[in-house]
Amino acid sequence: MEYKDYYQVMGVGRDASAEDIKRAYRRLARKYHPDVSKEPNAEARFKEVGEAYEVLRDPEKRAAYDGLGAHRQGEEFRPPPDWRFDAAAGTDTGAHSDFFEQLFGGLGLRGGFRGRGFDTAGQIELTLEEAYAGTERRVALERLVADEHGRPRPTTQQLNVRIPAGVVDGQQIRVAAQGQPGVGGGPAGDLLLAVRLLPHRWFRAEGRDVYLDLPVTRGRPRSARPCACRRSAAASISRSPRARRRIDACGSRGAGYPEARPAINSACSRS
Amino acid sequence: MTDPISAVLLDDSVDFSLTELCALCRVSEELVVEIVAEGIVEPSGTEPRQWRFSGVALARVRRVARLQQDLGVNLPGAALALDLLDELERLRRGGR
Repeated sequence: MEYKDYYQVMGVGRDASAEDIKRAYRRLARKYHPDVSKEPNAEARFKEVGEAYEVLRDPEKRAAYDGLGAHRQGEEFRPPPDWRFDAAAGTDTGAHSDFFEQLFGGLGLRGGFRGRGFDTAGQIELTLEEAYAGTERRVALERLVADEHGRPRPTTQQLNVRIPAGVVDGQQIRVAAQGQPGVGGGPAGDLLLAVRLLPHRWFRAEGRDVYLDLPVTRGRPRSARPCACRRSAAASISRSPRARRRIDACGSRGAGYPEARPAINSACSRS
Repeated sequence: MTDPISAVLLDDSVDFSLTELCALCRVSEELVVEIVAEGIVEPSGTEPRQWRFSGVALARVRRVARLQQDLGVNLPGAALALDLLDELERLRRGGR
């Protein structure tokens, strides 16, 4: 497995005080929090920072981690054969790296309590056509799955998800019970996917309205002919209400987004 | 290939009771009562036992819970953050 340099992740020295570490965590958490950040790899960075903080904030874990000596980030690493760390059961079941699980794992899944698994958040990008008509998507998920010794290990699984028709940009969709597994027989968390619409060559969606910007020669708006705009989109033409009326008249009114039809969540399978 | 799993759109067409919302967001009923009192979400129904929360409200409560837990912000701070994030999102989309 790869060594994780938690000090480097937090951007602090190995002699940083508990206050320094807390301050660094707060700053990085604000920067990469998935609810706040628009950084491209925010989710992964946030998890990495959270994991580093979980170790460095706890004097026992930090001392044990320091005892491993300093290594380069990403360097191939094996814990010492006599390595043993007894973590308090059930303190956390969030997704961690293999490195963390090997050193400080054994939490959560074999704790003596029952609890709902964590939700997994993700993002999917859809074309306008896919969002409009609904589609199916294969989603790769990293989930904690108990190995033969009951230790949670990060495992990548593929899911085939049916996306309902009529999803608009920024909305969330929920795939029930496909997040992290529950603890002690508790129910699994949900998979939550935020939808991002990819830019379309012609159309632009604003909420449930679909627009087409059609350039019209300034001097000749009268001659703007009812265009062959696709029936799937209501058209809007800037600075030309007359032309807009003619476009409306060509039969696109009401052809914006369909009302979303929430699918009944029933059949559940994994591939 | 196996049958796909159906996803449910979290919009105003789905709703949840207080108990369901708490289980799904892993939060206490007391916190949800405070979130409602802060005006962050507005359930339908008058009494907490009759409250129904939309899918949009579910997403907001989840965000508040995460902001509280991960960043240590209090409820008014989380409410302000959510409002500003909504505004930012609207501006990014070029909305008016």
